[in-house]
Formats: sequence, structure tokens, C-alpha cells
Amino acid sequence: MSGIRVLVGTKKGAFILTADGRRKDWKVSGPHFAGWEIYHLKGSAADPNRIYASQSSGWFGQIIQRSDDGGKTWNTPGSSPEELKSDGPMQKGESNKFVYEGKAGTHKWYDGSQHPWEFKRVWHLESSLTDPDTAYAGAEDAAIFKTTDGGKTWKELSGLRKAKGNLWQPGAGGMAVHTILLDPKNEKRIYVAISAGGCFRTDDGGKTWKPITRGLKSNFELPDPDAEVGHCVHRIALHPSRPDVLFMQKHWDVLRTDNAGEQWKEVSGNLPTDFGFPIDVNFNEPETIYVVPITSDSLHYPPEGKLRVYRSKTGGGEWEPLTKGLPQKDCYVNVLRDAMAVDSLDKCGIYFGTTGGQVYCSPDGGNSWSAIVRDLPAVYSVEVQTLP
Amino acid sequence: MIRVVLPFHLRNLARVDGEVELEVVAPVTIRAVIDALEARYPVLRGTIRDHDTLKRRPFVRFFACKEDLSLELPETKLPDDVVAGKEPFLIVGAIAGG
Repeated sequence: MSGIRVLVGTKKGAFILTADGRRKDWKVSGPHFAGWEIYHLKGSAADPNRIYASQSSGWFGQIIQRSDDGGKTWNTPGSSPEELKSDGPMQKGESNKFVYEGKAGTHKWYDGSQHPWEFKRVWHLESSLTDPDTAYAGAEDAAIFKTTDGGKTWKELSGLRKAKGNLWQPGAGGMAVHTILLDPKNEKRIYVAISAGGCFRTDDGGKTWKPITRGLKSNFELPDPDAEVGHCVHRIALHPSRPDVLFMQKHWDVLRTDNAGEQWKEVSGNLPTDFGFPIDVNFNEPETIYVVPITSDSLHYPPEGKLRVYRSKTGGGEWEPLTKGLPQKDCYVNVLRDAMAVDSLDKCGIYFGTTGGQVYCSPDGGNSWSAIVRDLPAVYSVEVQTLP
Repeated sequence: MIRVVLPFHLRNLARVDGEVELEVVAPVTIRAVIDALEARYPVLRGTIRDHDTLKRRPFVRFFACKEDLSLELPETKLPDDVVAGKEPFLIVGAIAGG
């Protein structure tokens, strides 16, 4: 029977939740990297035993960890326990070296002035669909880095910041590349989303990038609502069978594009509020999408204290609340942008984590929910691996 | 032999228990000790000082012989008692408040 491995990044460590395909009886492993902030973990599609993790701390900076056995053991790439104490010529200790290429330059600061780019941490890791040693890292301050040696060294794809990076501006949570989507049908095409830079696409493997924001309107966030860059895109998602169709949860508004970002249209429809963070697509139904409405940019919790996932089976526009098994009173948690994921079983499982430390699973496409765990530290990210 | 005390999280990262002992060629400066520490434990590179600029990370402090040496220049020689191994050189995570 298939198995499920849920990779959970939290404010105080990583947790790995495993179950068989019934998704009822869960085992919890962790905390891994106890006490450190784990922004994200990502398993390789090419080798599910290969998992990358972003470990960071306000004191000690960024660490990249890698597991080659499905999360049982971890090492910083290029420095196995034996290598750590050796003095050989092998390149070591650079798996956490993220240096902007060339002259770092400046971006827009909170007061409108220009401010130097400063690396802070990796928010998101995205593993190649075909090569376990190739992965991408989305960084704060916003940039994308690539490794081709399993995380031992990282090199910036600096063309991204040339897409009017001087006009990007941090929001209250910082300025980061938080979403990286790889096109499964075109290895040269990558999408990224940046708060608050917007949405960008490369068609040449990361050399050059262009903003793909036509149709986005940010009436309350930007002086020019139709600006080419600067939009606070919270999350984008695609279905692997249709990589030209993207769904977006923006600061305000839920949108879709059917032509790889050339034109977006709003599909917020009857949502109780179109503010939120995550968005994801059902693995078996490319037009079925999920969001978690949050009251507003000032009130980061569900409307009326009711935690509701909203599902649209029409690719947006018409939405239904999913409440069975979710708290419908006195619930004031948030669900962060990287904290929702889906599995690829016949009945698609939907998963999300909250800032209150719960990780919920729906084994039936959202019809019913139950908590796998309830008392973890604040959940930053949730990823799911469907194992053979 | 220079004795170095690492904070909890860096001990875990380097997979060491207790103090670290390092051979450091004179003159024994702050920079020389950190250089030797990073050479022995490459996983600590970038965690105590910036990879590129080699500046101390803002929330990392250096203490020795009841003195705060965090703001001293990297070329500053460490106290004789540290050089003699009588006292440790402490690398500390700054107090977070609260």
C-alpha cells in the first residue's frame, strides 16, 4: 500500500508525519533541528529519500540540511560527520553560502529609499523534477539560487533581480522568493512569486526573467494598482498536467491565468474574503482548487473565528466552504503561504498547518478533516510525499 | 591549547560535547581562534561570522575572562589566561529578551 510522508517546518524545528495510504494512523518524528526555525523542507520527485531542509536562526544564520534516507538522518551537504573533522582539500562548509552574484545592488526600502540587498534566509526549496542533486532556493532578500551538486554549493540566478528588482519592496514579513514552480513539460520554464515583487517567469532556465502581472490589481497596496512589479503575491500553484494554468492567492484577490501568466483574471467569486495565503490544486482534478480565507491584512485569522477551507470545483469563481472536522468557533490561527499541500493518491489528500501548531489532513479531497497533530510550534510549511 | 565554549545550537551543529580545544599559532587573536574553529568544523562557517565579510553576526557575542570582546577588532590578542588554557573563549548567543 502507498505511504504518505508529510514534511512540516515549524518555528522550532522540523517534524515528519508518516502514515499508510489510509491516512488514519500517523507516526510523528521530531523535532529535527530542535530550536531552529525551519522555513521549508522539500523532497525530491526523482528520489523520495532525498529531502532538503532550510534551517535558520536569527543568531546563527542559514543552514542547509540534506537527508538521503527519507528524513531519518541529516547532514549539511558536503560535510558528513567523518568529513567534518578532516582537513582534506574537499570543498566544505559552503552549503550555507548564499552570495548575490556581482554587485548586489539595491531595492526599494520601506521609506521609498534604495537599500542594499542583504541575504537573510532561505524561505523555500524546490527540487528538480528529474535530478536529485539539482534544486532551487528562494531567498530573503528576494533572489533565487541553484545547486547542481546536491546542495554543497549554491549560485544565484541573478537575472531575476534584473527584472526591475530595484522597484521591489519588502512587506512587513520581509522580501523573499517564496514560491518556485517548475514546469513539468518544459524544463526551461520556471515561475516564481515574490512578496512584494510580484510574479515572474523564465523560459530559458533562469537566465532571463519577465514580470507576469498583467491583470493584477493592487488598489490598497500600490500607488499604481496596475504596476508591472511590486505586487504582494502570496502564493501560486499549478497542476502538473496543465502547467500553463496558474492559480494565485494575492494579498487581496484570488486569480487565475490560462496562458502562463500573460493575462490574469480574478476568480474570488463568492469567497467571504479574498485575503489569504496558501492556494493549491487537487491532484486528480485540475479545476479543483483550495484556499483558506483570512479576515484581512490587518486581522490574520479566519473570519468569525471559523476555520474554513474553501474549495472551487470550477477553477475559481464558485466556492464552497469545507468545515467538517475543522473548528467552527473560537479559532484564531493563521495558515501561512507554504503550509498547504496535496498528495497524489486516488482520493486526493489535502493537508495544511496552522500557526497554532495543528496539521490537518483531509483524505477525501476536502470533504472531511482531522488533525494529525495539534500542539506543534507554529507551522511555517507543509509538504507531502506520496511514497510507492 | 585554546579552549572554546560554543553555544548549544552550534555544539549540536558541529556535533561536539563540551568544550572544543584548538591549536592556534601565536599571536592568538579573535580572528585566529575563529579561523581555527572553522577549519576544524567547516559546518560552522557562516554561523558565527559572515561568509564573505567575516564580520561577526550581530547576535553572536565573544566573552573571555569576564570581559565582552565582541566589539574588539578581529586582530585583538586574547587575554593571557585564554592563551595559557586557564580560561575558555566563550562564543555566546546574545540574550533574546523577554
